Amino acid sequence: MSDGGQSQRRSGEQSPDAAVEQTPVEGEDARARDVVDDVDELLDEIDDVLEENAEEFVRGYVQKGGQ
Amino acid sequence: MSSRKFVGVETEYGIAVDGPSPVNPVLASSMVVGAYRAAGQEDVRWDHTDESPQRDARSGVVPAPGEPMIDDELGLANTVLTNGARFYVDHAHPEYATPECANARDLVVWDRAGELILADAAERAAASLPAGSRVLIHKNNTDGKGAAYGTHENYLLPRSVPFGRLTRQLLPFFVSRPLYTGAGRIGSELDRGVGFQLTQRADFFEVEVGLETTLKRPLMNTRDEPHADPNRYRRLHVINGDANLCEVATFLKVGTMLLLLDAIEDDALSAVPVLAEPVAAFHAVSHDLTGRVDLPLEAGGSITPLALQRWYLDAVLRYVKDRDQALEPVEEEVLTRWEAVLDTAEEDPRHLAGQVDWATKLELLEGYRQRHGLGWDSDRVKMVDLQYHDVRPDRGLYHRLAARGRVERLVDNAEVAAAVHSPPEDTRAWFRGECIRRFRSQVVAAGWDALVLDTGRDNLQRVPMMEPGRGTRAQVGGLLDAVDDVAALLDRLRG
Repeated sequence: MSDGGQSQRRSGEQSPDAAVEQTPVEGEDARARDVVDDVDELLDEIDDVLEENAEEFVRGYVQKGGQ
Repeated sequence: MSSRKFVGVETEYGIAVDGPSPVNPVLASSMVVGAYRAAGQEDVRWDHTDESPQRDARSGVVPAPGEPMIDDELGLANTVLTNGARFYVDHAHPEYATPECANARDLVVWDRAGELILADAAERAAASLPAGSRVLIHKNNTDGKGAAYGTHENYLLPRSVPFGRLTRQLLPFFVSRPLYTGAGRIGSELDRGVGFQLTQRADFFEVEVGLETTLKRPLMNTRDEPHADPNRYRRLHVINGDANLCEVATFLKVGTMLLLLDAIEDDALSAVPVLAEPVAAFHAVSHDLTGRVDLPLEAGGSITPLALQRWYLDAVLRYVKDRDQALEPVEEEVLTRWEAVLDTAEEDPRHLAGQVDWATKLELLEGYRQRHGLGWDSDRVKMVDLQYHDVRPDRGLYHRLAARGRVERLVDNAEVAAAVHSPPEDTRAWFRGECIRRFRSQVVAAGWDALVLDTGRDNLQRVPMMEPGRGTRAQVGGLLDAVDDVAALLDRLRG
C-alpha cells in the first residue's frame, strides 16, 4: 500500500549481504522525496482542511475526564 | 506451554458538538451511540450480571457473579453490535470496545472498524440536532487542558499467573513502549518546558499499582474482572496506553504484549531490570524524543528506554526459540516489526514517521510550524494536533496522510468495512454477534460472557459464555445455520 518511510529501514541488520542494503540508495532518495512530497502536499492544503475558526475551536475543545 | 490468549481494546473517544446551541457531552455521547442503529431496530441491551469492576487482583478474592453495575441507571445508550463489539457511553464519552480477538492483526481490523462506526454514528447524530450542528469525534486521549480519557487493553490470562510477577515484569515494559505506542501531544501537564511529547496519557499517571482508573491512575491496574470463568482466568486491564490511528502502532501495542505475556506465563524472563521510579521514568520517557533518556535502576546505574525495549525483544526472541510451540505467522510479523522499529529508533526515533503516531504527527506539526513560523503555543498548531485524530476520512489529518500513502497500512479497507458488521470467527464474539444479527428481536441482552434470550414461551433464558475460545464459527456455525429462532437454538444447545 505504501512505502512511507518503512521499507528502507526494515531488517537491515539481518542481511548477510551488505550490498543488498547498499544498492537501493537511489530508491531511498526517491522514497524520501515522495515522503516529503506527501507531507508537503498535505501542508499545501491543510488550511482548507483545518476547522474554520481553528483557534476558537481548539480553545473551546474541553473534554470531561474519563478513565 | 503458554495458554491461548485473547485481546480486546476499549476506547473512549473525544466528542465535540459545534453548532447554534450547546449540547452537554453526556447527552451528545448518548445521541451518537443511540443514532447507530437501523430505523425501527431495537438496541440489544448490555447484560451487567457478571460485572464487578471493583474487584482487586491483589486481594486474592475470587470474583463471584451477581454484583450488578451502575451505568445503565441514567438511561444512557449501551448496546451490543453484530460485530460482537460493545458501543456505549462512559464518562461523557462514546466508547467502543472491540470484540474479543485471537491475534494482533484481528485486533487492528476490529479497532479500525470502531473508527468507521464512530464516524457514521456522529453523522447520524448530527442529523437530529438543530440545523448547522456538527458532531466531531476524535480518537485521542486528552483535550490538552487537563482532562484524560482512556484506551484500555484487555488480555485474558490463566489465573495461575501470579499478579506480582506480572507487575514486576511488565512495569519496565510499560515505561519504555511509548517509543512506538505513543500518539504524541503538544505540551504537558507537568512541565511547561515540554513542547511536544511522545504520549497523550503519561502525564496523567501518578502511581505504580492500583485499582483506580479516573484518579491517581496507576501504571499497573489491578481490576480483577475476567468476564470469563473466574476460577480459570484473570483479565489484565492495561490502562497506560494511547489510542492509535497508525495500524503498525496498534499492531505492535497488542502484539508485543501477547508474546510477552506468553513468556511471563511460562516464567521465561529472568533478571528483569528494575526501575527505581517507574512513574517518574514513564514521564521522562514521554518527555524525551530521543529514546536515550537515562532511567535510574533500583540496583544503581541507569538504562535507556531503547535499551529496555531491546532487552525485552531479546528475551522474547530467546523464549520463542526455546519453547515447544511454533510461531503463528502473525507472531512472526510482530517480532519482525518490533525489531525493525527498534532499529529505526536507534538511528533516530523521528524516522518512525509513517509507522507510529507520535512521529507521524510530529513531522506534520514541524512542517506546519516551519511554513508559518509558529511556536508550540500557537492555537493553529494545536488544531493540527487535534485534527490528526478526527475520525472523518475526508477531514482527519491522519486519514489524509494515509490516503496519500504516507502511512503504512497493515489491513485493507474492505476487511475493515466487513468488520463493522461481522464478528471475528475464532472467538466467542462470533456466537454473540451472529445471534444478534440473526435473532435480534429475541436477544434481550448481551454481555461479554452471556446472552439473554427470549423464546417467547417461558422465562428469559441466560446462556453463559464463560470460555472466550468457545462459540467460534467452526464450533457453532452449523448449529446456527440449522435453527430459525432462539427456541430451536436453546433446544439444540441443551441437546
